[in-house]
This record gives sequence, structure tokens and C-alpha cells, in this order.
Amino acid sequence: MATVFKKPHALRDVPLHYCPGCTHGIVHRLISEVIDELGIEGSTIGVSPVGCTYNNYLYFNCDMVQASHGRAPAVATGIRRALPDKTVFTYQGDGDLAAIGTAEIVHAATRGEKITTIFVNNAIYGMTSGQMAPTTLLNQVTTTTPYGRKADLHGFPIHVCEMLATLEGTAFIERVSLHDIKNINNAKKAIKKAFEVQLAGKGFSIVEILSTCPSNWGLNPLEAMKWLQENMLPVYQLGNFKGKDLEV
Amino acid sequence: MGEKLLMKGNEVIAEAAIRAGCRHYFGYPITPQTEVAHYMAKRMPKIGGVFLQAESEVAAINMVYGAACTGVRVMTSSSSPGISLKQEGISYIAGAELPAVIVNIMRAGPGLGGILPAQGDYFQAVKGGGHGDFKMLVLAPCSVQELYELTVEAFNLADKYRIGTMILGDGTLGQMMEAVEFKDEENIVHYEKNWATNGTNMERDHNIITSIDTNPEILESWNLRLQDKYKQITENEVRVEEYNCDGADLIVAAYGSVARIVKNVIKMAQKEGIKVGLIRPITLWPFPVNSFEKYAEVTKAFLTVEMSAGQMVEDVRLAVNGKAPVSFYGRTGGIIPTQQEILDKIKSILNR
Repeated sequence: MATVFKKPHALRDVPLHYCPGCTHGIVHRLISEVIDELGIEGSTIGVSPVGCTYNNYLYFNCDMVQASHGRAPAVATGIRRALPDKTVFTYQGDGDLAAIGTAEIVHAATRGEKITTIFVNNAIYGMTSGQMAPTTLLNQVTTTTPYGRKADLHGFPIHVCEMLATLEGTAFIERVSLHDIKNINNAKKAIKKAFEVQLAGKGFSIVEILSTCPSNWGLNPLEAMKWLQENMLPVYQLGNFKGKDLEV
Repeated sequence: MGEKLLMKGNEVIAEAAIRAGCRHYFGYPITPQTEVAHYMAKRMPKIGGVFLQAESEVAAINMVYGAACTGVRVMTSSSSPGISLKQEGISYIAGAELPAVIVNIMRAGPGLGGILPAQGDYFQAVKGGGHGDFKMLVLAPCSVQELYELTVEAFNLADKYRIGTMILGDGTLGQMMEAVEFKDEENIVHYEKNWATNGTNMERDHNIITSIDTNPEILESWNLRLQDKYKQITENEVRVEEYNCDGADLIVAAYGSVARIVKNVIKMAQKEGIKVGLIRPITLWPFPVNSFEKYAEVTKAFLTVEMSAGQMVEDVRLAVNGKAPVSFYGRTGGIIPTQQEILDKIKSILNR
């Protein structure tokens, strides 16, 4: 009998700890499928962040390192500079990457570090129970913006892809979403290209993935997918910002 | 012994690291240690090594963390305010049990303080400046020659115990030029690093380097393992110089460049018929408790001299444990205590 669906080898056969309807599981699967397809599990080192995915080192079969909050790009830099022939990726959320770790991501990007960053943007802090993230939308209610995020008090949502695209060291930048099958397939293509860009030694690559957080948004999984489409897509434009036609 | 050269302390630290097999250096500019980075920037590209000027001290220590995860010998250096910024990473290095060498060429504080020499970071270095129950191995050289020897040894100790090892010097040592005699061959001890995250090559299960566990029983077992390691280090790695202590009326405790001033004071005192000894801790942690216990029974008094408002003196008092009076003399702000000041203090303690 032909096998049409199986667990990727790079994804360990253990239960994930994420909330029902959370999209982290999809992201884990996509990364693992890409690692399998590129045949790089034995030569890849992943860096886990601080946030809901702090212990996702348990889920990948490649070597894994846990980093302090926001510092994954610096840790990945140290790993990649020590192991120039290996593949290194960071997995980071919006608080980790775009608030406490802003300096590290900007400078890893501008140095053109040959690392790949998987950036999960769900517009909220999940792990610490729903506080405002740098990517929280205007008027979005969180536990630290109980009356909604106001531009004059809290500033504006940060557009990471657009910001990093201004830096010469970045080779590949794309924003994708997980709200339907077509977009999940696009997300996988972008993740694969990001890894290929690293393997080709072209420079820094990042994929921003718009994701849901039903628990902290106070919605069921279906409502959360709808909320993402109706509220996040108009603010965070999907598409490639850099490196679309890069030969890899 | 091999080549004898006249070199600056900071440059000797860098050269010693390279001789010890360090090929990865990550740092951020700050006075008075920046020559370490200058030397590394020049030399590393020529020997296939990595020099990287990080965007911040925080990033530099995390690059050290990352490189250490792969099993290579790695170092960073900074001065006091920069070391404060590195504390988060130093705590993670302790938690994840990674070998790394961290150099602190101390300057005056607190805050931005000044760029002149001081020893005000003693507490930070030996009591754990970052969060959690951890220790660093702390080495305190007192000459350029010793900067060389202890830097090489720091890499061996870091690998042996999987521990963050600090070279704690001060601006005087970093900036002074002195003769240094390099060995023809270094004593580099190689340790198996089967814990390193350098790729499974599909030949083993994945390695994980982390400092978190949300299960309190597991986290406590990690803590107990750390404490057991610290106990072993305390039993095996204490280094100390006892100078002129037998029959001394008073014993001075001092480390680093201050200890050298004290050696001159000992000569001055001798001329006046006062017998003064010196206990110079070379490892600040583990602290040479036994030396103090031994002489506490026989000497009249102890005097701790530091370029601080009184930090190591607390460890001296703990070691002496009330068996003899312990006095303190210190200067702060970047002022180096003079020989005469120290001699006057000794005489006032002994009523001479």
C-alpha cells in the first residue's frame, strides 16, 4: 500500500503541549517536512525561544539549544560562526523577536548571518497570558490594553518584514499566513526557500507566519481563523519582500 | 620556557586565549579592556578564527553561549558596566553548564563610574551577579605573566567542569606592560564533549542544551548536581599564594594588583622591624578558606586591602571566623592605595 501521509522524521513522535487550535503545531510540522525534504536533519541546529515554544527542543529530532528571551539570533550567530557548514534556525514569537529581542534580530539581519528565522506573529503574548505584543493591532484588547491598544498611548503595530527589508544583509523575507490550506502550502514553500537561501550561503532569511492564539484571543479555533483573516491580513500584507527570484 | 616579550596585559590575555586553542571571540568595546578585542580582530582572521564585534554586551555573551554549545573554546571580555549587562547570559551559561571564559578588567563604579582601576566587582564575580544559585570559577592574576598562565588554565578549567570561568583583573593589569615569557607548548587538556549540539549526523539521538525545567523535582536535581560540582571545585581547585606568613605579626589579604603593592609594603615594614605576611587568593571562588583558618590561630591580626569599599573582607571574616581581628583598608573611585597608606594602617592596628 502506498503511504500518502506520515509524520516527518524530523518531528519527534511526542504529544505537543500547545492549546487546542493553536497554529504552532502546523509550523512545527512544516519546518520538519522541509528539513526532511532537504535531507538536513543531521546537520541542523535549532534554537528555541522564550514564550509558548520555549521547550520545542523536545519536538525536533535535530540538535536543539534553548536561548534566553529575545537572544535566539545572537545564540544562532554563535552556533553558525562556530559551525560554518551546518544549518541553523531560530523559532521566535512576536514578543521574543520584536520587543525584547529587537536589537538581536536587526543586527543578525544586517550582518547577513547565514541563519533562518521562523517568526510566529499572533499579535499577543501567549505564554504570560495575553499581554500586548509589539504586533498587537490598534484597538485590540489584551490583558495590558484592557481598553484596546491606542496609538497615542501604546504606539503602532510593528511591521518586522518591511523593517528588515531595508537592511542590505537580508537575503530572503516573506510573510505568510496559516488561515487556510492554500496559505499553509504557501507557508511551507516560503520556509523551504528560506532554508535553501541559507544552504546556498546567500545571507539572512526570515519567514513571518501570521498565526492564531485562540486561548488568549478568547475565541474558539474557527473564530480565531476568521479573526486572523478579517483583522490581521489588512494590517500585515502577505507576500515576498525580498529574495523571491534568488537562485538557490 | 620559550619566547620572552614585553607586552600589554590586555594583549597577553588575547594571545594566551589563542594559545589555549580559543578560535572564537565575541565582544563589545569598553575601556579599559578594549585592546583584547583589537588583538583578536587582528589575529583571528589570520588563524582561521572568528572575531565578531557584537551589537551589545548582551548579544556578545549570547554568541558565546551559542558557540559554547557547539563545543568550541570561546571567550568574551569586558569591563565592569559591560559585565553587568552580561549577567543574564552568565546565569544561562551556568544553568546550561557550558564552558566559557569571561574576562572582566574592572574599572571604578558604580554606574558609569570611571575608567580607572578598581576591584568593586568582587561580589558580582564570586557571589553570582546573575539570578539563581550558581558560581563561576574566578581567577585573579597579579602580573602580566600570570594573566597569561591563568588565561590558558581558565580554558582547561572551564572545559573540565563545564563552568563559566572568569578572569578578574583590573585596569592596572590590563593596561600595564611587563615582560611575559611564553611556553613553547601550552598545556591544553582535551575533554570529550559528547553533549555538544554540533549536528546529530543521523548517528545519535538529538542533544539538547537548556536551563529550564518546569518540574520542580527535576529542576532541584539539576541544582543539586550544580552544587555537587561546586563542592568538587572547592575541594580541588583552590589556588593561593602565602607569602612571608610564618611568624607574621599581621597578615594582609589582597588580590590582583593590590597584592603587589602589599609585597613592597612588607619590605618597608621589615625595615621598621614589623613582620607582615600576605595571603593572596588566586582563586577568588573557590576562596582559600584553609589558609586563613591556619593563620588565624597564630597571627595577631588580619588586614584586607582592596580597591573597593570592602568586599573580599567579608570572605576573610567568614574564614577567620572571629579567631583574630580583621581590619579593612580600601580606596575607591579609581584610586590605587599607596604603600605608605597601607603601612600606616598596619602600624595603627599594631599600635606601632
